[in-house]
Amino acid sequence: MNTSALVVMLLTLGIVTGLMLYFFWRVIKTPPKPEPDSYLDNDDEPGRQETIV
Amino acid sequence: MSANKESWGSRVGLILAMAGNAVGLGNFLRFPVQAVQNGGGAFIIPYLVCFLVMGIPLLWIEWSMGRFGGKFGHHSTPFIVDTMGRNRLWKYIGVFGIWTNIAVAAYYCYLESWTLSYMFHSLGGTFSGMDQNGVAAFFIEYVSLGESTFGIPYEPIVFFLICLLLNTWILSQGLAKGVERVAKIGMPLLILFGIFLAYKGFTITAGENGAINDSTVGLNFLWTPQYDKLWSPSVWLAAAGQIFFTLSVGMGTVHCYASYVRSKDDIALNAMSAGWMNEFVEVVLGGAILIPISIGYLGIDRVTELVQSGGLGLGFRTLPYLFYQWGDVLGAVAGFMWFGLLFFAGITSSLAMGTPWIGFLQDEFNWKRKSAAWSFGLIVLILGMPTVLFFNYGVFDEYDYWAGTVSLVVFALLESILFAWVFGINKGWREIISGADIKVPGIYKFIIKFVTPLLLLWVFLGSLFTPKGGDWGKAFGGEWVLDDSSIIKKITNSDLKAKLAAATDPAVIEQLQDTLFFVNASRILLVTVWLSLALLVYIAYKKRVREGRI
Repeated sequence: MNTSALVVMLLTLGIVTGLMLYFFWRVIKTPPKPEPDSYLDNDDEPGRQETIV
Repeated sequence: MSANKESWGSRVGLILAMAGNAVGLGNFLRFPVQAVQNGGGAFIIPYLVCFLVMGIPLLWIEWSMGRFGGKFGHHSTPFIVDTMGRNRLWKYIGVFGIWTNIAVAAYYCYLESWTLSYMFHSLGGTFSGMDQNGVAAFFIEYVSLGESTFGIPYEPIVFFLICLLLNTWILSQGLAKGVERVAKIGMPLLILFGIFLAYKGFTITAGENGAINDSTVGLNFLWTPQYDKLWSPSVWLAAAGQIFFTLSVGMGTVHCYASYVRSKDDIALNAMSAGWMNEFVEVVLGGAILIPISIGYLGIDRVTELVQSGGLGLGFRTLPYLFYQWGDVLGAVAGFMWFGLLFFAGITSSLAMGTPWIGFLQDEFNWKRKSAAWSFGLIVLILGMPTVLFFNYGVFDEYDYWAGTVSLVVFALLESILFAWVFGINKGWREIISGADIKVPGIYKFIIKFVTPLLLLWVFLGSLFTPKGGDWGKAFGGEWVLDDSSIIKKITNSDLKAKLAAATDPAVIEQLQDTLFFVNASRILLVTVWLSLALLVYIAYKKRVREGRI
């Protein structure tokens, strides 16, 4: 391959693969958020929450 | 409040489903062709710039709009945008987020069915012993509903129905048990098949198995940067367009998937992860298969000629023949992997297209998931049959142009304005960073408010008034003649009419007249579907008012 094509290709493949792996690794490594512990936090109907609050 | 209580089974499942939504056939067939036509390796500069200033912002906008709407029990764009903009007309803009998916699914499922059929033909050895013209003729015969190799009458219709039934059945199984499960199987397999074919693409040696070039010739052709092309607005427009289509933004599917994310969960990191996964499949795998393999066996001149008709021709008319240069067994396996990869890319996208309609029916009319899924299948069948039966009369292309191209740009432009200017960038920003597992760079507040809408406006205007031959220099110099690919010229059918005026052969004239009829009929059909959906949204709105939900 000619040098300019090789440089552009390797740089691009490296950046794209690296960032894909980095963000996926961050997703896997991030612990899941704790489940909401109160009744209100657990209620996914905002209309009802407003009424109660 | 909606009876729709579905949710994602896992975070990885959500990301794979979102990435699967974005990864489509274009990653393998469109990207490499766009790159060779627009500056080779230099194309990657505008491409990545557009990803950073348009793609990522749009992903964040759509993910946060979806999660925001989900808090209020909305899982499709009409009422998601309705919660964000005070003007009651916004929900009709949101109709695009259902319409686009139904219209695109109608022709996309047909395209997907080709890949399914070609998988079986590859395994069955149909292409073994055929020369290149034979494989090309097979494709023409196939889309013309000609004689079937398997002896199945109307084989394309049968495969279309199988594909549609499969999609509908998976959708009817629900989000976690259907869509997510397919993404968890399909995406890893897609990447595995892609890596195998990319390895083959990187290791072609001239003189072996009939190859006339080393793979480096193809890689040079694809990656040698032509930096002078960076001055051309057409190249930037092509890059912006590619980013747009590859991420499946402006469709309403991202909103729909994100609406099932819990309100306190992250969207910023999820969007980045799914977005970069799509880029990996497109740039790393997509760039290593089609062009290097084609040039290895056909040479630069022939491939340059073939890419003029787009990647679809290369993918279906040429590659099956080239794979058989590796021998009967490897040819069949490679063909199966290539079309299998395209099939997984296709089905993970078409499943996403079904979810906004299903979500809408569940939310607004309390339909059960199964009934809603089957209604989607029925609509796609009715709308998709013209693309199967009248493929050679431009129906397929017409759907693709209006629903799969123009509509996306229009909707994305309007949603970016809604998010940054109507909903307000401060509220919008809070939505993006709420629950975020990464630090979102502050510069994106500025980019989302100004750069992304302006870029989208430029893409839209560039498509509306495309100058002849993409010569912007001449156009700005005062000689602005519209190209036949511009939206304005498309509406007036100027290309077809010019061909009709120049034709002398009665058979050609008849074919062109029929094409003109079917093109106009397709448009009427698409407009009718849009108006019907808008009417349904109006009925749903009135129902909400009656029930005191607004």
